Amino acid sequence: MNFRRLATSLVAPAIGLVVSLAATAVILISIDASVTVIFSSMWNYGTSPRAMTLMLNLATVYFLSALAVSIGFKMNLFNIGVNGQYILGSLAAAVVASNLQLPKVASITVTILTAMLVGAAWAGIAAWLKVARGVSEVISTIMLNFIAIGIISYLIVRTSIGTETGVNIRGTKLIPESGMLRGNAFIDPETKVYGFLFISIFVGIGYWFLLNRTRFGFDLRATGKSASAARTSGVQSTRMIVTTMLLSGAVAGLVGLPYLLGQTGSYNLQFPTEWGFIGIAIALLGRNNPVGIAFGAIFVAFLDVSSGQLVLEGVPREISTIMQGLIVIVVVISYEVVRRNQVKSEQRSVARALAKQEVSA
Amino acid sequence: MSESSVAVELQGIWKRFPGVIANSNINLKVASGTVHAIVGENGAGKSTLMKILYGMQKADEGTISINGAALVFNSPSDAIAAGIGMVHQHFMLADNFTVLENIILGSEPKSGGKLDFVKARKLISEIAAENGLAVNPDVLVSELGVGDRQRIEILKVLYRGANILILDEPTAVLVPHEVEELFNTLRDLKKQGFTVIFISHKLDEVLSIADEITVIRQGTTVGTVNPHLEKVSARDLAEMMVGNELPTPASVGNTIQDQVVLTVENLSVIATGGKAIVDGVSFKIRAGEILGIAGVEGNGQAEILNALMGIESATGKVMFQDEDISKKSTRHRRDLGIGFIPEDRQRQALLLEAPLWENRMLGHQTKAPNAKGFWLNPRGAKADTKRIVAEYDVRTPSIDVNASALSGGNQQKLIVGREMSNDPKLLIAAHPTRGVDVGAQAAIWDHIRNARQAGLAVLLISADLDELIGLSDSIKVLLRGKFVADADPATVTPQELGTAMTGAGRAA
Ligand SMILES: Nc1ncnc2c1ncn2[C@@H]1O[C@H](COP(=O)(O)OP(=O)(O)OP(=O)(O)O)[C@@H](O)[C@H]1O
Ligand SMILES: [Mg+2]
Repeated sequence: MNFRRLATSLVAPAIGLVVSLAATAVILISIDASVTVIFSSMWNYGTSPRAMTLMLNLATVYFLSALAVSIGFKMNLFNIGVNGQYILGSLAAAVVASNLQLPKVASITVTILTAMLVGAAWAGIAAWLKVARGVSEVISTIMLNFIAIGIISYLIVRTSIGTETGVNIRGTKLIPESGMLRGNAFIDPETKVYGFLFISIFVGIGYWFLLNRTRFGFDLRATGKSASAARTSGVQSTRMIVTTMLLSGAVAGLVGLPYLLGQTGSYNLQFPTEWGFIGIAIALLGRNNPVGIAFGAIFVAFLDVSSGQLVLEGVPREISTIMQGLIVIVVVISYEVVRRNQVKSEQRSVARALAKQEVSA
Repeated sequence: MSESSVAVELQGIWKRFPGVIANSNINLKVASGTVHAIVGENGAGKSTLMKILYGMQKADEGTISINGAALVFNSPSDAIAAGIGMVHQHFMLADNFTVLENIILGSEPKSGGKLDFVKARKLISEIAAENGLAVNPDVLVSELGVGDRQRIEILKVLYRGANILILDEPTAVLVPHEVEELFNTLRDLKKQGFTVIFISHKLDEVLSIADEITVIRQGTTVGTVNPHLEKVSARDLAEMMVGNELPTPASVGNTIQDQVVLTVENLSVIATGGKAIVDGVSFKIRAGEILGIAGVEGNGQAEILNALMGIESATGKVMFQDEDISKKSTRHRRDLGIGFIPEDRQRQALLLEAPLWENRMLGHQTKAPNAKGFWLNPRGAKADTKRIVAEYDVRTPSIDVNASALSGGNQQKLIVGREMSNDPKLLIAAHPTRGVDVGAQAAIWDHIRNARQAGLAVLLISADLDELIGLSDSIKVLLRGKFVADADPATVTPQELGTAMTGAGRAA
C-alpha cells in the first residue's frame, strides 16, 4: 500500500514529463525545427557542470518561493504576493547587511531575520485586510506587489539608499564580503553553488516538521480541510489566517537572498521581481510537499537554464515557458487519473482476495 | 399500472471500495405504488445501494430495471430522466435562497430565455396542493425548521417529475409529530401511484409505514417481509439485521452528586436581525447528572450548544465548576474537559479527507495521547484510534482510510468514541446516536451511563424522544429559545413530550 502510494507520486510527474516533451516536440515540428537537434543540445548543455550549478542556484530560489506559496495553499489561502514580499525583504536585507560589520555567522543571521521580518510584515498587511475588512488575500497581495515595486523604485532612485553601483545601475551599497554567502564551486570550477542552498534545505525540513509534527501544523491543515470543523475543534480562524500569512511572508522574504548574498551583493534596479509567480506553479507541481517541490524546482530550473540553447538553435526562448506551463497542467491531470486507477485496482484486489475465500470456504 | 407491476428491480448488484465490499449480490424488487423500507446495520450498504440507483455511483456489476426496462445510469441526471428522485440524509438546500428558488434551482422554467417565475409558482402550488405539502414559496430557507426543509426537498424531487422517491434516513432529525406529517404525505403519494423507497434505523416507524421491508446484512439482501401479511415485530427485524436483541433505554438508578459542573445563567444568543434565538435560558448540571433538552429542531438548541462551546457569541454567564468561562475560547473550554458531539457531524466534527487517526486528534489536538507539548504524537493517536474502533465497533478496514469512506453511522460512532475519550467532565451531545443502528445505539447508551456513574455531567439534545426520556435525569422543553416546561422522565410519555414541544400543552 505504501509502496503503491510512492509509485503513484512518481508515476504522475513521469507521465507529465513524457506528455509535455511530446507536446513540445509537436510545437517544434510545427515551426520547422529539428526536434532531436534541439532536445539533445538542451540536454547536453543542461548536464554540463556549469549549467548544473546554475540550475541548482535557480532551483534554490524557486524552492523557497514555492514553499512560501504552499504554506498558504495548505489552508486555502492564496498568497499571490510572494513577489512583493521578497523584493522588499531583499531590499531591506541588502540595506542592513551593507551597514553591518560583524563576523560572518552573526551578519548573515541578522540579514536573514531582516528579510523574514519584512516579508512577514508585508504579508501581514494582507492578513489584516482579510480578517479586519474581509478583503480577499488574492486581490490585496496583487495590489501589494505593485505598491512594493513603487516603493522600491522610489527608495533607490530618489533617496540615499540608492547609489551608482555599476554602469548606470542604481542600487544599494555593496554588502561587505564578511556578510556574503557565496558558496562553493564544487561542481564547476568557475561557478559557485550558492551557500543558501543548504539553508533552504533546512527550511524545507522545518516546513515538513512544522506541518506534520506540530500542533500548529495540525490546526493549519485542519483549517484547510474544513474551516467549520477546525473551528469547532478549537482553532481560532482569524488567528490562524494571520499566523499562516505571516509565516508564508517570512519564507517569501528569503526568496531573493540566495541571489543577493551569493551573487550581486546589492539590491539594484535589475533585481528579478517575478520569482513569486513561478513558485505558484511549482507548489502545484509538488503538491505542497517539500520533496515534490524540490523536484519541481529543479526541473523548472533545468528548463530555464537550458532554454538559452534554444536561442542558439534559432528557436524562440518562449518554447521553454510553454513547456513549463504544459507540464504543470499535465501533471495535475495525471495525478488525478493515476489516483482513480489506483482506487480501482485496490478494489479489484480486494474482490479477488474475497473471491478466493469464498471458494475455499 | 396494476398493483403488482414492479417499479424498481435491482439484480446482482456488486460494489467494492478499498478494503470493503459495500454491496455483494444485492437483489431488490420494489412494487410500484408501495412504500418499501430498507433496514440494516451501520455500514450494511444501504446508502451505497441508493446512490447506485440514483446514478451517483456506478455498480461494479449488476443491472437496474425501472418499470421493466433495463437502464444504465451514468449520472443522477440519467436517473432523474427515468423518474427517480432522491432526498439525501443531509439536506442540500441553499440557505439564502427562497423556497421557490430552491425548488427550481437546476431545472429553471424558461420562456424566451428568461426565468418564468409565474409558471414555476403555479406548478409548485399545484404539486403542493395535490400532496398536502403546505409551503410558503417566498420565505428564505434559512428561516425554516427541518420539517419544512424536508417538505421542500420532497417538493423539489416531485417538481422534477419523479415518480420513484428515495428517502435516506428522512426521520433521523424529525420529532414524532413531524414524522407523522411526513408519513401522511407518503401515504398520499402512495395513493397517487408514487413509489417510495425509505431507509431508517427506527424500526417501529418502518413497521408503521412500510408495505414491504427488505433487510440488508453485510452488503447482501437477507430477506424481504411484508408486515401486512406476516406478523413481524421490531425485535424480529433487529434479529434479521444482526441477531441482536432490541434494547430499551432505561435510566438506571440515580447517580447525581453534589458538585455542580455547569451553571448557565440568562444565556441569550441574538441573530443578526436582532431576534433572540436563545432567550435568557438558565440551568445547572451536577456531576453524574444528565439533563435533556426536548424541542423541535430550530428552536435554539444548536445555538445553545455553540454558545456553550464558545463557537457562537452569546450574552449571559457560563460557569464550569468554579470558573467563569463566558469569555473563554473554544480551545480553553475543550481543555477543561468538555466533550462535544455537534449536530452536524460532517461539517463540524470530521475532516472527511483525512484518515481516521487524524480525526481522532480533532478537537483533542492539545492533549495526550495526541500531543506531547508542542509536538504531535501520531503513534499515540493511532493506538488510541484502534482502541476506539474496537470499543465502539466502528466498522472499517483500517484506521488509515479517510473518514469519508465510513458509513454515516460508523462516522457517528467514531465521533462519540473520541468525545468520550480523555475522561471528559462534561459532555455536550446533540443526537449522539443519530443514524446509528439499534445494536450500536445500545452500546453508546451503555458508554454514556457508565461515564455518568463515574461522575460525567451530560447535556443531551435528541430528536429521539425515547432516548431522551430513557437517558435523562430531568428534561426541559425548549420552544422559540425559551424553556417553557419541565418534564419528569420517570412519568412523561413521548406523546406528552411531543405535544409540549409544539407549545400545544403542558408536559407531565
Ligand atoms: N466512498 C467510499 N469509499 C470507501 N468505502 C466506502 C465509501 N462509501 C461507503 N463505503 C463503505 O461501504 C460500506 C457501506 O456503506 P454505506 O454508506 O452504504 O452504509 P449504510 O448501510 O448506509 O450505513 P449507515 O446506516 O451507517 O448509514 C461501509 O463499510 C463503508 O465504509
Ligand atoms: Mg447511510
